[in-house]
Amino acid sequence: MRIKSSTSRKIFLVSNTIFLLLVAFVCIAPFINLLAVSFSDKTAVAAGEVTFFPVGFTTISYQFITNTSKFLVSVLVSLQRTAIGVPINLLLIILTAYPLSKSREDFRARNIFSWFFVVTLLFNAGLIPTYMVVKTTGLIDSIWSLILPGAIPIFSMLVVMNYMRSLPKELLEAAYIDGANHLQTLIRVVLPVSAPTIATVTLFSFVDHWNSWFDGMIYMNAIQNYPLQTYLQTVVVNPEEFMRNNTDLSGNLSKYLSMVSARTTGAAQMFLAIIPILIIYPFLQKYFTTGLVMGSVKE
Amino acid sequence: MFAGLERKDKLMRELPLYFMLLPAVVLVAIYSYGSMAGVVIAFQKFIPAKGLFGQQQWVGFRNFETLFSMPNIGSVVKNTVIIAISKMIAGVITPVAFALLLNEVRSLLTKRIFQTMVYLPHFLSWVILSGILINLLSPSEGIVNLLLSKIGMEPIFFLGDPDVFPATMVATDIWKTFGFASVIYLAALTSIDPSLYEAAVIDGANRWRQTWHITLPGISSIVVLMSVLGLANILNGGFDQIYNMYSPVVYSTGDILDTFVFRLGIEQAQYALSTAAGLFKSGVSLIFIVVSYYLADKLTGYRVF
Repeated sequence: MRIKSSTSRKIFLVSNTIFLLLVAFVCIAPFINLLAVSFSDKTAVAAGEVTFFPVGFTTISYQFITNTSKFLVSVLVSLQRTAIGVPINLLLIILTAYPLSKSREDFRARNIFSWFFVVTLLFNAGLIPTYMVVKTTGLIDSIWSLILPGAIPIFSMLVVMNYMRSLPKELLEAAYIDGANHLQTLIRVVLPVSAPTIATVTLFSFVDHWNSWFDGMIYMNAIQNYPLQTYLQTVVVNPEEFMRNNTDLSGNLSKYLSMVSARTTGAAQMFLAIIPILIIYPFLQKYFTTGLVMGSVKE
Repeated sequence: MFAGLERKDKLMRELPLYFMLLPAVVLVAIYSYGSMAGVVIAFQKFIPAKGLFGQQQWVGFRNFETLFSMPNIGSVVKNTVIIAISKMIAGVITPVAFALLLNEVRSLLTKRIFQTMVYLPHFLSWVILSGILINLLSPSEGIVNLLLSKIGMEPIFFLGDPDVFPATMVATDIWKTFGFASVIYLAALTSIDPSLYEAAVIDGANRWRQTWHITLPGISSIVVLMSVLGLANILNGGFDQIYNMYSPVVYSTGDILDTFVFRLGIEQAQYALSTAAGLFKSGVSLIFIVVSYYLADKLTGYRVF
């Protein structure tokens, strides 16, 4: 396609780029500010001097929080939750998507099971009944309360199922003629070609486990069982309490307290919580457009 | 006889599929369907100590009567609908506009850089984002208000003024979601046949005419689809976001059904009332979900599975 470059076109292109730059800046500026605050001196932060560069550069906030056992404990809970939760999500997604991707001729109960899962997307029982079931099954204060109730992310399963369904029939028939059973077909044929969509839902599952805070808040009674985001939520809502609770911990910590503020330590903790997302972000970028769009939009 | 053998073969062939489904079915049966059975709490004088399926006293619709005679339930429903609908409308327009503008950028690298930047908030939790926003929007020390004062405006109490709070919720929600939501429109834009543009150029159409007659019709079906599916969220004001940013001062315009249910259930331990409110929400939502899926199928031929 060739476009004649008129003057008005050029003006549009330049102003469009400037506008988009502004929009993009608005999207990431808060995080740059967060990073700057976390490395700044507390008085500069309180005076509102910190925008995008640290003022009075210091790592004291990071030293303070890494000396705070509660923060580290919550990081460990989150790591544990992600390490157990993501593989379980993935296993169940794959094991469920494969049978449901079969045609009705190949798997006659397909529609019944499809509805069985889809209904849970349509109707939500609500807070208290869900809580009561988790309580009845004895998961309160156990890491499994953060994993089992959402063990199969239905939306991701549907995305993978749609992708598997779009695979050429000949591929599966060839495997069948070669004598492969379902498990062999799934592992040797379907999974390798489904890599982009599997990668997408893996990353979504990771982000989901890492970012969840509400389940931690309602299913965990003891603070030492809080995952990172739940712990941060209490810090965000009540930063003064966080500071107060830490004063009586040990003498080692009290020396920091004169040098840090709720703002700077909060920023440092939030920034540390973002790091895992930033690490997997390039991979997310690479896969989700192909993986997600191919699985959800059929056009 | 042959047919019988075939049926047996077929069952043997299908059997492993049932085993694959088993773990997911068991978990969904317990945690999703078990919870659905648990909505009976809404019709009981629920005493938690007796257990979910214990000998509870049935009270019919009395919990609902109590719920709907609460003085603030009307404003809670109204707030929910206002915030949800505003988010729905802005949540379609903004990503479409962004996708159209980004589509005009020729350089692939520039495009990528813009996308990388605008997607970021989508992948962070509302806990983190509200932690950041509460600071940025603070009337005394927040950067946003410092900027406003520089151009001679009065500071705005974004999170503490009931008149401004809903708009803040809509704006910050769009900020978090528009980039990622544009993915789907960008994909639709790339699927438009380039020969259409060539033909239009030959016919002498300028960029505006091309956008109006080719690009917009080209993505209109997906825009309609996304708008229709958005209907399903008519009672979703966004719990994560509002819970992390609201405070009692803005309850009058900011309290939504989900936050109301939460306070009723967890903070005040009114299990039955909270469940009744949740059931009301789920019931209305279900109707809208079914209607929106039906409309999506009728208007654009979209089916969930």
